[in-house]
Amino acid sequence: MSYVAIADRDHEQEHHDPQTFITKYIWSQDHKVIAVQYGLTAIFVGLIALGLSAMMRLQLGFPDQFSFINPENYYQFITMHGMIMVIYLLTALFLGGFGNYLIPLQCGARDMVFPYLNMLSYWVYLLSVIILLISFFVPGGSTGAGWTLYPPQAIMQGTPGTDWGILLMLASLAVFIVAFTMGGLNYVTTVLQARCKGMTLMRMPLSVWGIFIATILGLLAFPALLVSAIMMLFDKTLMTSFFMPAISSMGADPGYTGGSPILFQHLFWFFGHPEVYIVALPAFGIVSDLLSTHARKNIFGYRMMVWAIIAIGGLSFIVWAHHMYVSGMNPYFGFFFATTTLIIAVPTAIKVYNWVLTLWEGNIHLRVPMLFAIGFIFTFIHGGLTGLFLGNVTIDLPLSDTYFVVAHFHMVMGVSPVLVVFGAIYHWWPKITGRMYNETLGKWHFWMTFLGTYAIYLPMHYLGFAGVPRRYFAMGNTEFLPDSAQDLNAAITMSALFVAATQILFFINMIWSLLKGPKSDPNPWNATSLEWQTPDHPPKHGNWGHELPECHRWAYDYSVPGYEDDFIPQNVPPDKAPAGRDHGEDH
Amino acid sequence: MPLAVVLILLVVGSLLFHVLSPWTFTELASNWGMVDFTVDITLYVTGFVFVAVNLFMAYCVIKFRYRKGARATYEPENKKLESWLTGLTAIGVAAMLTPGLFVWAKFVDVPEEAHVVEAVGQQWHWSFRMPGEDGKLGEVDAERITNDNPFGMDPDDPNGQDDVLIHSAEIHVPIDKPVKFLLRSKDVLHDFAVAQFRVKMDLVPGMNTFLWLTPTVEGRFEILCEELCGVGHHTMRGAVIVDSADDYDIWLANQSTYSELNAKSVGNADIGAAQYAVCATCHGQQGEGIAAMNAPKLAGQSAWYLKRQIMNYKRGLRGTDPSDTFGQQMIGMVASLADEQAVDNVVAHIRTFPDEPVEATIAGDVNAGAGEYRVCAYCHGKDGAGVQALNAPRLAGMSDWYLERQLQNFRNNVRGAHPQDYYGFQMGLMGQSIYDEQAMTDLVAYINTL
Repeated sequence: MSYVAIADRDHEQEHHDPQTFITKYIWSQDHKVIAVQYGLTAIFVGLIALGLSAMMRLQLGFPDQFSFINPENYYQFITMHGMIMVIYLLTALFLGGFGNYLIPLQCGARDMVFPYLNMLSYWVYLLSVIILLISFFVPGGSTGAGWTLYPPQAIMQGTPGTDWGILLMLASLAVFIVAFTMGGLNYVTTVLQARCKGMTLMRMPLSVWGIFIATILGLLAFPALLVSAIMMLFDKTLMTSFFMPAISSMGADPGYTGGSPILFQHLFWFFGHPEVYIVALPAFGIVSDLLSTHARKNIFGYRMMVWAIIAIGGLSFIVWAHHMYVSGMNPYFGFFFATTTLIIAVPTAIKVYNWVLTLWEGNIHLRVPMLFAIGFIFTFIHGGLTGLFLGNVTIDLPLSDTYFVVAHFHMVMGVSPVLVVFGAIYHWWPKITGRMYNETLGKWHFWMTFLGTYAIYLPMHYLGFAGVPRRYFAMGNTEFLPDSAQDLNAAITMSALFVAATQILFFINMIWSLLKGPKSDPNPWNATSLEWQTPDHPPKHGNWGHELPECHRWAYDYSVPGYEDDFIPQNVPPDKAPAGRDHGEDH
Repeated sequence: MPLAVVLILLVVGSLLFHVLSPWTFTELASNWGMVDFTVDITLYVTGFVFVAVNLFMAYCVIKFRYRKGARATYEPENKKLESWLTGLTAIGVAAMLTPGLFVWAKFVDVPEEAHVVEAVGQQWHWSFRMPGEDGKLGEVDAERITNDNPFGMDPDDPNGQDDVLIHSAEIHVPIDKPVKFLLRSKDVLHDFAVAQFRVKMDLVPGMNTFLWLTPTVEGRFEILCEELCGVGHHTMRGAVIVDSADDYDIWLANQSTYSELNAKSVGNADIGAAQYAVCATCHGQQGEGIAAMNAPKLAGQSAWYLKRQIMNYKRGLRGTDPSDTFGQQMIGMVASLADEQAVDNVVAHIRTFPDEPVEATIAGDVNAGAGEYRVCAYCHGKDGAGVQALNAPRLAGMSDWYLERQLQNFRNNVRGAHPQDYYGFQMGLMGQSIYDEQAMTDLVAYINTL
């Protein structure tokens, strides 16, 4: 018997559509509902993290003006802000949110391969969020060790939250990783096993490619974080010494001996650098689809784009120690990691070129999702180029641990993915909800977010050049800094508060759309990929009604010569439309 | 169209910001000009790409914007173009990486003639150690660290006897001589960073790390800790003073070795009694403090703190601010203590006084004060008894009106403003987070309950 993908064995599947409100929306096993649950939870914690960043910006912009900010809670704010944004917002939103929504729909599957596990993944994720939030309220408060949680200080008395905060933080991370693993195995298996007939790997939309490779990275990288969290829990509670050498802390000997703080850093960044791409690759994939759809043009160099995603994913595992050039590790590592790090710039640059070349000779509709996509290219170019400074071991000597680093990673890993998140929400909103939003309000939201964030992070690089260190509660009188550095900080704070406040536009727009928004067409952007070709709009449980779709072409047949429409959906057979240039035969 | 215009404006604006920004690298003061050179190359290469790609994108947005009836070109791939772009990018990357690797090779290769200075970090202070004439540093061990042996020296190691120990956040180095900083931490991660030298490196407990440089400009250069080390991270400052060869020799001659410090005679309380007579007029016969004379209680305060403050008055690090009337009085009074030995003697005498409880003169909201004290407790201890290892004096059971006045002085930069008063500077920065008179009163009221 020849091989038949699980999803193609349609007659073997029986669909028990959920009957009650609870099974439909709460204990749901529908990937679309789980995606929304993941998305809403992630955005909720993201808003908390946004609030924390407003607090730290108030202190940096206007030191000594606010009685509710002191060094103790300032360090707690920065720690929780970073951790929430990287793990609980971006990772959860891109993979748990967009991954869940897009993989089955774009692959032409009825659902994830293991729907029950998929549901568990969300609830365990929610548990990790609850543990994280509890840590704000325990005695001593949440941990203030910085999001990198470097020992020894993460578990020593000079750091805020060493009684309970750090324990809950580590426990929450461990629980999150369990949740991610359940979801991640599902995403990978679904992509590999449940694609509809004709959906070869080389016909998949780049969104799926980005999410697929990012999930593989996550499955390989998160275990490093898990073991380091567990070992640090042991160091803290059982007085083991995995990461703790003999030290004298505040005049007393805490009783550790023989451990290595550098070991933790290697484990952390072995996870931490792939983590950057766990967030970035889905953004790369999604933005490719937004650009192609709204420019009415095929993505330029699809094959190259796929291989670049795979190459970046692979390389991301051998560059981690560029976060540690000045950590005191063996300095000869610097040669190796600087070289691998700068090599990764090549596939990344190719992706940027191909995005821009997709616009070339297109027919560009500057709708809201497209504005965000082009905004992303701009901020990503900026953030990528500053990465070439920090990745080069020599330049890291003056710039590491300064605001240049903060500006760089916010540009490349904060602003850029968040612009894609917004673009993606505006793009798929009609499919998810069946309604349209207000286009004008969406454009205002784009302009304020895009220009506002650039006003925050462009000047911030220059604080770094001037030598302002990151994670400083206050500078005090530092001789080599001009007084104007404080004025610049005040201006940055104003921009940051402005950007934070304007996000209200997004929520107003979306709530209005849910309540009163006009009904949308099933395929308002005239897009080719399968999620826009569902028989129901929005798609119902099981996605495809009685018959699974069949895929006949790649996802980028836009403006094919000799065809009247400027798009040919993936499920249109070759006898009804020209073949375009198909990569499907590669597999 | 607006999008394209904005993209062009952002490119032009970013370039202008770069050119006009007053926030640039500090004036270089070491041999590491090659670092700046590498940065410049990278700026040119990345700047070119930034301008070229974004302007091309803006052009596309204008030229190929949606027009009714227009149609995009169908162009899946262009192998030749893709290969060219890949090749050019690889060349650009190599142009940036190559100088970077060459400079790094110099950085990891310390010149043999470099003289060694060990920089020791702890929460939230710097101190330094240099090998003596034998050129060898003695053995140290974190488990041997005590208040009397803050460097953790091995008393039996002959190599350590002539080690020069510098109990200060300031280190002097001679100009134009390569120096290797050996870095050691007692407790958590720290980072030794001097902006003008361009190089930095973490201090890691349990191992030694290093960096090297040749200072090329005389002057004072601030050391900042740049690896998060706890709640006082931003206050962990020090300085490297680059001296001419002659000045350096004079400074070095005034430093003490480990064996000299061990041999130093302790203060003599009996001799100190005579000298205390002057102090007694204001501070009271038993050091109990007299509020009417604006003289705080001395009895029960730790010897190391009393000595440091008297020396600060003597050296002009404290009490020089015109608005610090009582501090200025103290400068006059301590002039009668001729030298360090005299100070030790009088401190030894003060230590013989009984530690009687003081009367509380300040009342406030104790609960609110407890909240304010959370940050103070990191250094001064939850019980306010002071922690010598953190250079934090006793607060509990001392004159409350004096605490409040000093908090105000720190907050108003009346105290702790002298660049060499590192501990005062630190308290100034921490004191900034106590925001108003009421918070200060509540805080002192809480300390009264400890």
